[in-house]
Amino acid sequence: METISIRAPSVAPSGTKTRRSMRTRLPAAIALLPTALVVLVVYIGCMLWTVRLSFTSSTLLPKLDWVGLAQYNRLFVNDRFVTSAENIVIFGILFISGCLIIGFLLAVFIDQNVRGEGLFRTVFLYPYSMSFVVTGVAWQWFLNPGLGLQKLVRDLGFESFTFDWLVNQKMAIYTIVIAGLWHGSGLTMAIMLAGLRGIDKDLWKAARVDGIPTWRVYTSVVIPLLRPMIVTAVVLLATGVVKLYDLVVAMTLGGPGIATEVPAKFVMDHLFERNNIALGTAAATMMLITVVIVLAPWVYARYIRAEGRRA
Amino acid sequence: MSTLVPRGRRPQNLTIGRVGVYAFLATAALFFLLPLWIMVMTSLKPMDEIRLGNILALPAALTVEAWSKAWSSACTGLECNGISVGFWNSVRILIPSVILSIVAGAINGYALSFWRVKGANVMFGVLLLGAFIPYQVFLYPLVRIFSMTGIYNSLTCIVLVHVIFGLPTMTLLFRNYYAGLPIELFKAARIDGGGFWSIFFRVILPMSTPILVVATILQVTGIWNDFIFGLTFAGRENLPMTVQLNNIVHSTQGERAYNVDMAATMLAALVPLVVYFVSGRWFVRGIAAGAVKG
Repeated sequence: METISIRAPSVAPSGTKTRRSMRTRLPAAIALLPTALVVLVVYIGCMLWTVRLSFTSSTLLPKLDWVGLAQYNRLFVNDRFVTSAENIVIFGILFISGCLIIGFLLAVFIDQNVRGEGLFRTVFLYPYSMSFVVTGVAWQWFLNPGLGLQKLVRDLGFESFTFDWLVNQKMAIYTIVIAGLWHGSGLTMAIMLAGLRGIDKDLWKAARVDGIPTWRVYTSVVIPLLRPMIVTAVVLLATGVVKLYDLVVAMTLGGPGIATEVPAKFVMDHLFERNNIALGTAAATMMLITVVIVLAPWVYARYIRAEGRRA
Repeated sequence: MSTLVPRGRRPQNLTIGRVGVYAFLATAALFFLLPLWIMVMTSLKPMDEIRLGNILALPAALTVEAWSKAWSSACTGLECNGISVGFWNSVRILIPSVILSIVAGAINGYALSFWRVKGANVMFGVLLLGAFIPYQVFLYPLVRIFSMTGIYNSLTCIVLVHVIFGLPTMTLLFRNYYAGLPIELFKAARIDGGGFWSIFFRVILPMSTPILVVATILQVTGIWNDFIFGLTFAGRENLPMTVQLNNIVHSTQGERAYNVDMAATMLAALVPLVVYFVSGRWFVRGIAAGAVKG
């Protein structure tokens, strides 16, 4: 769908080439060939293949029959998928807004000419360098009620303190959010800090001369100026949300019960463990549709409509 | 008006506000450091102490036994050879994947930003869109293709997958960097009769050191931390460290050895942590260049 819309502008201006320039460009074209093949076979071919499989009745092996939307009908009444979809919405909203708020606050506080700025920055960003598996295992250990945080507080004398989110069906998804925030808010901080550093220093002088309170400058001037940074951060975080898989596998394995299942895990389980290829690919297609709806306008405006280099 | 602030925004006196700033930052730093502290402490304690003691406390009887067990004898499913197996698998996956994906990205970026090849921008556009699409959309057909060609579940397979899915970021990274180089340089080289490859190797590549560093940081941490590709494409013999770690943590029979789990976790986190601390600001630049600059 979107491949057609981006084709239009770049086909037109290529009629003016001489034969000589065609020949000198040949090595460049050959160099790009492997990537072009990958784009065709993997990025387009595999995607279409997945979509096609979602309209079949394939189970263990792929079949190329046609059952229409039957798999989608099954998908939307599947408890696991519905829970997965709900979870990814909860996680997405809390994770993105949480990262933005924490990241912004950290960046603002770091930007107050503090001593040891480098140290703080390092500490806030290091979780981002580690894998989701490591993050998940670490938080699983810290939040497990038997020996972790709950026991710690109880040993301090608060005998009735309870923090059992990790094993509580209703709350388990929020532990994933906490681990995600720990992992990702440093990145948002780094992006926001870069934005704050790019703001004209005269702005602060002007605001001080005019006697405008600092918080007011932040809410009315700085945040609007940071808009590109915020958009970038949201897109980055949103792609992370869709990919959410390793963290859940390492931390809860989708449990307790199906309380922390997510779409990516639903697809993986149905494709490679439950031998239900058609249902798995239908769920994958739903993920694809969601991403296209959310991101296509942004990608179009940012990368495709914007003029590339005119060499 | 304060005279203390040549560079700053507000006066620097130790006011309640300043104390508040430091209090906030210190609290936040504690939150971010807490899991690391707990991991390290737990990994250095014997199990008795973990069961009875305080999770935050320093080890009373410090021991590195858990670390050596995690490295060489922890069980991942049926085999009990520790996470060292995964470590070396990850190294074997990492080196060719990083090199090949950077080479591919550099050549693509160079061809895209200096040579106007017909249809190249369309290809690049599709590639970039591909970067946003969840991997689950490609995985099953890719598995079929690889099994048809007979390389499924091998080192070649996992390396190829890393190169394929590294293409969007790597191409974007190099394209943007090369687009920032003066075009006159390229034109001069063309007038001197340089061809595609000679300009690349003699003019462009020698100027690429900063972006090569950024790309290496990005790919080393990214590929080392990968879980889903390793799980799907590497095969039993080549499972990377992240997958092995997950197996160790989830497959222990009987009582879980938390100290061994945490030691294994630390071992799995070590490579990216070292890269992060050594590379410092370059790490941030890498993330920013890979994603922000479009």
